[in-house]
Amino acid sequence: MDNLTYYIQQLLTGLTVGGQYALIAIGYTMVYGILRLINFAHGDIFMAAGFFMVYMSATMPLYVSLPLTLLLTVILGVAVERIAYKPLRQAPRMSIMISAIGVSYLLQNFATYYTGGLPRPYPKIPLIGDVIVIGNVTTSWITILTPILTLALVIGLVMLIKYTKVGMAMRAVSRDFETAQLMGIKINNVISMTFVIGSFLAAVASVLFFSKYPTVTPTIGAMPGLKAFVAAVFGGIGSVPGAVVGAFVIGICENIIKAMGYTTFSDAFTFVLLILVLIFKPTGLFGEKSTEKV
Amino acid sequence: MLKIEHLSVNYGGIEAVRDISFEVEDGAIVTLIGANGAGKSTTLRTIAGLLKPKQGSITYNGEELVGKSTNEIVSRGITLVPEGRRVFPDMTVLENLKIGAYLRKDNLDADIRWVYDLFPRLEERSWQAAGTLSGGEQQMLAVGRALMSKPKVIMMDEPSLGLAPIIVQGIFEIIKEINRQGVTVLLIEQNANMALHTADFAYVLETGRITMSGPGNDLLKDERIKKAYLGK
Repeated sequence: MDNLTYYIQQLLTGLTVGGQYALIAIGYTMVYGILRLINFAHGDIFMAAGFFMVYMSATMPLYVSLPLTLLLTVILGVAVERIAYKPLRQAPRMSIMISAIGVSYLLQNFATYYTGGLPRPYPKIPLIGDVIVIGNVTTSWITILTPILTLALVIGLVMLIKYTKVGMAMRAVSRDFETAQLMGIKINNVISMTFVIGSFLAAVASVLFFSKYPTVTPTIGAMPGLKAFVAAVFGGIGSVPGAVVGAFVIGICENIIKAMGYTTFSDAFTFVLLILVLIFKPTGLFGEKSTEKV
Repeated sequence: MLKIEHLSVNYGGIEAVRDISFEVEDGAIVTLIGANGAGKSTTLRTIAGLLKPKQGSITYNGEELVGKSTNEIVSRGITLVPEGRRVFPDMTVLENLKIGAYLRKDNLDADIRWVYDLFPRLEERSWQAAGTLSGGEQQMLAVGRALMSKPKVIMMDEPSLGLAPIIVQGIFEIIKEINRQGVTVLLIEQNANMALHTADFAYVLETGRITMSGPGNDLLKDERIKKAYLGK
């Protein structure tokens, strides 16, 4: 019985971690879908959202600092796109990728400079960190809340992409820039919209993540960012549902491995998975078949 | 009237279009014919705002279009049916039509009806993904999609490309029908025979320059045209 409780707890943790990865992974997969760019700076946007919250909440009440954090993260994400990616729209894909790596280091180093490199404690968010007991299982609200919130956001996003005009424009742009332009779609607005959504979800993920791992450091974005990237590749990069499924699989597997006592190997598992996917099914679970653009 | 004056465009490292001037009268069907690489596509893509010209001007009813973005040009009633159809394969036929009306905010029902009446095949397949259509149906969809923006001028880049002769006949019938309903047509074609039979006025483009022009029927009788483009 105790054993079962233990595994249920681990499974719940897995779902929580998976939810956080999913929210980050959507940013990777959507940007890739539209720009064919792996946005290496995305993990650092997640990190920046953590620091925004640290500094905002130092002087402001939660109901101000939380929305402000989401807003600042969105502004940062869009600014990165406008400054570092947009001028390279016509350049070879490798250039824009290198630019993304540059932005990643810039954000990390700026955060190190500004914070002095010291880990900063993340503010306690009331209620969602509280412990609850269901039957024999002890867990926190955040563990329950994360998968539910993730699924709600994902369903909202999928509906947006499928049924709204802006969603239709996103699908068109991700297929064919030039023809989308001929329809009268403003490409740059659609691209900005993708970064708005990706950064917003990364900010939500950061609030959920740091409520459980409550210190923010300048390089904290690297690992969740990488895991989310693996999730996106596993699910089939470019596909939103794929990224979400991939993220939950990775989150749950990691925690099951930890539960079995092989904590040391849980990260290794994720990257072995990446290698296997790249070898045997490079398009991932739900990836689009590689159609050559003519 | 769409007026192109002294237009030069560099594309792919070469001067693909060199100092060309031509006019498209309202209500006419005008064609640019020429061999592969003569600069036909480059010309249309420049008018649509996808390429920036090196020099020259493009005016529509006196308004300069050079420097305007594609969406501004579309909103002025000039649309391009791109070469190779380029329908959105994952979207349904109906979604493709709706996205053609992206800039419009009014009700689309009447125009969807209009397109379906022009192309009954599209109505039968309205819920099918566009990628599953045949080449001819995709061409119909590409034209229908362009019509959804309620264009005053529709430019078509090689609408007959890769289609069976019987389908090509149908496409040209539709072009005439669209024109009868008041849409100006600027057509480029390698199929010079069909294009000249359809067009009111034609220009011949050779390596970036306009070398001949005249009413379609006159050019059909011209010896040089016969030799170079009609294989007679």
